[in-house]
Amino acid sequence: MFLIPDSVVRFFHRLASPPHFYAFTEQLMPWLAAAFLLVTLAGLYGGLYLAPPDYQQGDSYRIIYIHVPSAWMSLFIYVIMAIAGAIGLIWRIKLAEIVAISSAPVGAGFTFIALVTGSLWGKPMWGTWWVWDARLTSELILLFLYLGVIGLYGAIEDKRVASKAVAILALVGVVNIPIIHYSVEWWNTLHQGPTVTKMDKPSIHVTMLVPLLLMALSFKLYYLIAMLQRARTELLRRERNSQWVRTMVVENEQ
Amino acid sequence: MTAQAFFAMGGYAFYVWTAYGIALLVLVANIVIPIVQRKQFLRRQALKQKRKVL
Repeated sequence: MFLIPDSVVRFFHRLASPPHFYAFTEQLMPWLAAAFLLVTLAGLYGGLYLAPPDYQQGDSYRIIYIHVPSAWMSLFIYVIMAIAGAIGLIWRIKLAEIVAISSAPVGAGFTFIALVTGSLWGKPMWGTWWVWDARLTSELILLFLYLGVIGLYGAIEDKRVASKAVAILALVGVVNIPIIHYSVEWWNTLHQGPTVTKMDKPSIHVTMLVPLLLMALSFKLYYLIAMLQRARTELLRRERNSQWVRTMVVENEQ
Repeated sequence: MTAQAFFAMGGYAFYVWTAYGIALLVLVANIVIPIVQRKQFLRRQALKQKRKVL
């Protein structure tokens, strides 16, 4: 640990304490919200107004600015959920368990958005709402994994036990992540290949790329906000019998 | 570009705006739900604590 400054270590130690986490995230929220609004407005302005129509797809391609960032987030959040779950499983850190389960609904939301916007983009471009190809099917399985995590957590009364079960399910489901990512290369598919995350130059013009990256950042900030809101609620529920929550309940009344 | 042309989205208005609308709905719901649940929890917990004190 000699590589990490003492102040940073202390910061994370304090953050792992529930009352401190609750107070700190409350202070953090307006800053996150302001940054999110700024980046989102810039991204939408660039994507819906400034960027030119696509030479093949016309204006329909503008769905990309929510479809692709949502799809990225659906994978990103799943990995975070699995890592947080593993940390909770190994070190029994309560806040890691809470971050894991609080990520699930946000990830499910993004997976749902990716599927629906993909469908709405596929209809005018491919002529069909849905095909059972590798990319679409593996993304649908991801949605079921998220819903499975949420359902499993809700079904087990003891939330410490529930967190263990959820972490194991999340970790097993990680095999689906590379399958989704490489599905467009491994199998013949209707879905187009990656345009941004290619090893050589991205095959997208900079006026289209910048808003896309802004929206990706916007959704990252959104995830932080939405996940922390869930985490704060879940933390109160779990700590309902502790002194700091009891005091807060009384203070909240006045 | 006129506002009309902007909203027409080159004839793809239905697909583009439905996609953005659904995304907005899901994203707003995922913020509002936990906040409402927290308020409900605090209200219920306040009642429970009072009952125990009395």
